[in-house]
Amino acid sequence: MTTLEPPVAAKRAPARPAAKKDRRSWTGWGFVGPFVTVFALVFLAPIGYSIYLSLFRDQLIGGTSFVGLDNYTQALQDDQFWSSLGRVSLFLAVQVPIMLGIALLIALALDSGRLFGKDFFRIAIFLPYAVPAVVATLMWGFMYGTKYGLVGDINTAFGITLPDPLSSDLVLASIGNIVTWEFIGYNMLIFYSALRVIPLSLYEAAEIDGAGQIRVITAIKLPAIRGALVIATIFSIIGSFQLFNEPAILRPLARNAITTDFTPNFYTYSLSFNGQQHNYSAAVAIIMGLITMVIAYVVQLRGMRKGA
Amino acid sequence: MRRTTGRLARGITLLSVLALGATACGSSDDGSKDQKAVSAGDIQAALKKGGTVDVWAWEPTLKSVAANFEKKYPKVKINLVADRSGDKHYTALSNALAAKKGVPDVAQVEYFALSQYSLTKGLTNLAPYGADKLKAKYTPGPWNAVNDGDKVYGLPMDSGPMAMFYNKKVFDKYKIAVPTTWDEYVAAAAKLHKADPKVYIANDAGDAGFTTSMLWQAGSRPYKVDGTKVSVNFDDAGAKKYTDTWQKLLDQKLVSPINGWTDDWYKGLGDGTIATLTTGAWMPANFVTGVPKAAGQWRAAPMPAWTKGDKASAENGGSSLTVPELAKNKELAYAFVEYANAGDGVQTRVDEGAFPATVAQLQDPKFLSKKFDYFDGQEANKIFADSAANVASDWSYLPFQQYANSIFNDTVGKAYVSGVKLPAALKTWQDASVKYGTEQGFTVEK
Repeated sequence: MTTLEPPVAAKRAPARPAAKKDRRSWTGWGFVGPFVTVFALVFLAPIGYSIYLSLFRDQLIGGTSFVGLDNYTQALQDDQFWSSLGRVSLFLAVQVPIMLGIALLIALALDSGRLFGKDFFRIAIFLPYAVPAVVATLMWGFMYGTKYGLVGDINTAFGITLPDPLSSDLVLASIGNIVTWEFIGYNMLIFYSALRVIPLSLYEAAEIDGAGQIRVITAIKLPAIRGALVIATIFSIIGSFQLFNEPAILRPLARNAITTDFTPNFYTYSLSFNGQQHNYSAAVAIIMGLITMVIAYVVQLRGMRKGA
Repeated sequence: MRRTTGRLARGITLLSVLALGATACGSSDDGSKDQKAVSAGDIQAALKKGGTVDVWAWEPTLKSVAANFEKKYPKVKINLVADRSGDKHYTALSNALAAKKGVPDVAQVEYFALSQYSLTKGLTNLAPYGADKLKAKYTPGPWNAVNDGDKVYGLPMDSGPMAMFYNKKVFDKYKIAVPTTWDEYVAAAAKLHKADPKVYIANDAGDAGFTTSMLWQAGSRPYKVDGTKVSVNFDDAGAKKYTDTWQKLLDQKLVSPINGWTDDWYKGLGDGTIATLTTGAWMPANFVTGVPKAAGQWRAAPMPAWTKGDKASAENGGSSLTVPELAKNKELAYAFVEYANAGDGVQTRVDEGAFPATVAQLQDPKFLSKKFDYFDGQEANKIFADSAANVASDWSYLPFQQYANSIFNDTVGKAYVSGVKLPAALKTWQDASVKYGTEQGFTVEK
């Protein structure tokens, strides 16, 4: 709201009729009013309410009491929370580079103009993103089945025993596979559209200088789409930290492998809906939100500094 | 501009105060009002006056009961909400009770979850409405579950005395005797799996309800509850009997790692790869609808015993109808509960395949001699009624069993997918339950 203050110069402007000034400021509020109202209602109020909730504790015996920051100190010492955070961090470190790498390769291939049926590939690769995450996960969950699913069928057909994708050791990788499948197209499209706006004159200059394709990619294309890369990375970091749909939907198929504290979001969900610990859950959610913000911000700062 | 900002600030303050007020109400209610007896006349008057009763229950036979009730009392409308069951049902109920809004007049609550709601004063004590005089109508197991001292928190709707369902075709094919003890069960499991590696004696991928029922039958009493004092201990002789036996099945991979109520499970029950299912007597109706392919192949048998000749049994599942403390029209709600679970409704439900908790129906010769088409004409109710009469008493669940069950696979589940042994896995479940109990303000003895 501070940005809505009129410029300092305007404030100092002498001898403006008071009525006129008043009307001008009213007009400004008229324009931003709808936004501010909705922003306050759907954004600030829920956050405020969560912070408020996180300061209390509601027990089956003893009811609600004000506990100050106790929930936060408890969360910071909570092994379950840290192990879930460790799990999504591992996910982030492995899945995001793979996904963005493949997306970038496809975008460069499409942009190279040497691909036959470019439009078809672009749509086909983007299509998984159009499938709702819930449906996609159900579909993959069925394919992962070792009894009656695709994996089971392959085992029977070839007389082999593939490892169970939903076992404790592999379930995180299997979820990574689903997420990669879902989001390659989305990231590819971001990269591709960034590549399309590079001025052709740069390529012509490169050609005159005798640069090869690899040189064009490293010297022109990659630097030019740095902004898009940073944005896609930030989205992917946030997405990894918020991992929820896939584990939640696969859980009925792999109860022992996907625990109720599998990811931070799933942990807050379980705390809230199985344990009725809404207050503690709010504290965990806020800590998680802060961690995500800090990491996303650091990545943005680094990305932008290099770009400068 | 300043004026508008001020108004905005006031608006936000008002919102916060409203939120504060809404939450603050939650703690100010101690709920220990003295209840006056409600006479039968009061209830009759309410029935004459009429009204709407919101019922949250997934028990399928209640549909006919509600229709009959409306026919009998034309001024009463029963609004049956049956699309939620299990965890979803309890989440909705807990949320409604916490919000003090949209609370149903009648709610189905399974026996294991009853104490959680009665302890937090979420349920009406039905004794003043005359429920305390109905004790003789019910078998002891279910009555103990709804009754706490002189208070009655619901009327038993059905019960789940356990039995072993087995696929006779599979046992006949490999000429293996149907096990009567758990030792024979383990032996049969090995023989079956050796004869055909695709065949498992049972599916078990870690199920809290099944494990607690097995402990119950084995004589273990892990949960002790005295008001707000609870203790959790899986280290007793009964639990050892169970873990020793079940660990053998897990070590030799003789149980199929399929979760109950999944597609794989129904398929396994249908194609003979799951040979037995030890569960509550409410199962037959599910066989008929879920596994129609295997009609005629399955039979019921008594639950295997821990020592030969021992008839001790346990309960699995079963639920009651309760009246939440915040119900709008308690007289009408109670009238419906009594009609469904103690009155004419019981027979309607039994006729549709429910397994009753009432003595009259359980001892009815017509009920006992009922031939189950699905079991090729077997009079299975005799086995179930015998099991009901032999349910070991004094078992209790935790006042937060619903939560404890929700983390069963996080803890005990490890015994199913890694080298962790059952006793150690049960210990982690115990520790997690103790932790939650302590956080929730219970006095937990370790």
